[in-house]
Amino acid sequence: MTPPPGRHLPIVAATPFPRAAAGALRDTQLRATLGRATRTIRDKRAAVVAEVPDWERLRERAARVKEDVIDRLPELVDQFARAATAAGASVHHAADAAAANALVTELVRARGVDRVVKVKSMATQEIGLNEALAAAGVTAVETDLAELIVQLADDTPSHILVPAIHYHRGQIRELFARRMPGFSADSDDPAVLAGAAREYLRRTFLSARVAVCGANFAVAETGSLVVVESEGNGRMCLTLPDTLIAVVGVEKLLPRFTDLGDFLRLLPRSSTGERMNPYTSIVTGVTPGDGPRRLHVVLLDNGRRRIAADPVGRAALRCIRCSACLNVCPVYERVGGHAYGSVYPGPIGAILSPQLTGQDAGHNATLPYASTLCGACYDVCPVKIDIPAILVHLRQTGPKPAAERAAMAWLAWTMRDRRRWRAALRTARSGGRPLRVLTRRHGGRLRRAPWPLSAWTAHRDAPLPAGESFRDWWRRTHDR
Amino acid sequence: MRIALFVTCLNDAFFPRVGIATVTLLERLGHTVTFPAGQSCCGQLHANTGHRAPARDLERHTEAAFAGHDVVVSPSGSCVAHLRAHTRLPVHELSELLVDVLRVTDVGARFPYRVTYHPTCHGLRMLRLGDRPLRLLAAVRDLELLPLPEPEQCCGFGGTFALKNAAVSGAMLADKCAHAVATGADYLAAADSSCLAHIGGGLARRPDAPRPVHYAEILAATGPGATG
Ligand code: SF4
Repeated sequence: MTPPPGRHLPIVAATPFPRAAAGALRDTQLRATLGRATRTIRDKRAAVVAEVPDWERLRERAARVKEDVIDRLPELVDQFARAATAAGASVHHAADAAAANALVTELVRARGVDRVVKVKSMATQEIGLNEALAAAGVTAVETDLAELIVQLADDTPSHILVPAIHYHRGQIRELFARRMPGFSADSDDPAVLAGAAREYLRRTFLSARVAVCGANFAVAETGSLVVVESEGNGRMCLTLPDTLIAVVGVEKLLPRFTDLGDFLRLLPRSSTGERMNPYTSIVTGVTPGDGPRRLHVVLLDNGRRRIAADPVGRAALRCIRCSACLNVCPVYERVGGHAYGSVYPGPIGAILSPQLTGQDAGHNATLPYASTLCGACYDVCPVKIDIPAILVHLRQTGPKPAAERAAMAWLAWTMRDRRRWRAALRTARSGGRPLRVLTRRHGGRLRRAPWPLSAWTAHRDAPLPAGESFRDWWRRTHDR
Repeated sequence: MRIALFVTCLNDAFFPRVGIATVTLLERLGHTVTFPAGQSCCGQLHANTGHRAPARDLERHTEAAFAGHDVVVSPSGSCVAHLRAHTRLPVHELSELLVDVLRVTDVGARFPYRVTYHPTCHGLRMLRLGDRPLRLLAAVRDLELLPLPEPEQCCGFGGTFALKNAAVSGAMLADKCAHAVATGADYLAAADSSCLAHIGGGLARRPDAPRPVHYAEILAATGPGATG
């Protein structure tokens, strides 16, 4: 087994999740902004999904197609490479982030430019491509509005689809005034702000000779790349510059062109809550006189084949990055994306980041615990990833404190023997007796407890063992 | 019908009144309840905290304790969900037993209070209990059912999540408590003592808050003042 890649990448949490989350919770403005935004998208999604009578069948089919892809990754990678090459593209393979960054940097340098335009792409964020290009003296300009906001603010995205979800419009106006050349409007009307960004980006598009993109899907049969977007910036990047470089995670493959239909129905409804997205671009190799004259596709592994070998964890590779799971997650809604310390936040991030890096990277082992296992994510996932099951699996295979291990083993040892369990219940009961007297004022509940139970009583009263256990009551009333 | 009760370790030690209510209710409906004394814990806590080996021990232990029983009932949605996923026991959550197997919704209870119901995550999304508990509560005499705002939102308990991510858990709890208080109900009912211990512990710190109650206690009640 190859060592996990990407130890210092934008997918490694630098802070334990509980600490980062507690910090985020103190930002009441952020909580209000996030609460409003996630609720709006959540309701929109629910409404448009309810319109599709065969939604469950669609999910089933899409999940099956993706499982087949994960089963046949190497074979489909080869098939895609052959088809794309035949259509005029150059296909490259990158085992990890460093290899991918080096490849893209080399390709950009070969064109002799110091600036590229970018279509929003999770894969390039995962490998930290913008930073790698900057180190080589190349500026990458994000052209998606929200991504541009985050870039202008020197911030990191906090949502897969709505990277600037943590900003409210007053903050955006202030940011544009500070960082966007030529911005003068004193209004924070969304239409005015979007108009200003459009002006700024137009100038950039027209002068750019190289574009970098990702892909939502890559069709093995035809070698096509599919980019789904809302703003039209993607369409410009894919058609105007004469060189296009796509960085595509190998799990984005679909076997056949006809598989696209289901996914193009599932994705917009799940992500933006729209029936259809405004722009769907399909690029197949190079067509003389139409679009880029050079097309490079970098197929990225970066831990994906290792994940594919895990019988439980591999389902995470089905993900189409719709972000529906973020919008319904009660934890994400309260702490936002930055607390997850990775470009993949929320429920999908909690199962993807630790798997991509290995659980010993940074504090990624705390991510699988960032969930109550409430199951809301599984319910909405368009490719039926049982996220709670993978969270539990990662907890079971990840590192755990020795004291917790010992306590759990002792508890199980006590509980699987009738006499030991009865004795433990009696001990708990008699130990609780003085407390029950002392806490009568609070209805027999404990208001303050010593560590580690103080974590409980910081937020709520704790119950005390009952004066008579159920089994003693049963003995007294039924076992005569 | 002979029905074996899986009371759960939490109810056994902390909330015996929930087990007693379940027994009282089923006996009142004319059934024979048994309590296999070998039972303790289903292993859910261990499994969900990441400790597979002790969890497996407890799953096997529970399976052995209930060997030979054709109908098993438990007043805990999350434990039922766990046993269903990890054992072959014929186990029903209480509302499933009443509505689907015994085919009753009016269990002859009387509870003259205003009640709001929180459908816990396991009941809602893993067992798909749907409106079974609500139908049972709606048939209780003199009970006024008040809708809980954003009912499907998790209360923030999540087992050891409440300790490991105490701050987030507390924030989720605060919202759930605020919704419960806003209903003006006398009681907040649910199908899981663990969530109720968490929500109840939060409600206890607020004035004019509903009191936590397991819906089995309501179904067992035949007049005022029947629950703690
Ligand atoms: S895990 Fe499922 S719901 Fe979440 S982003 Fe991926 S596809 Fe969407």
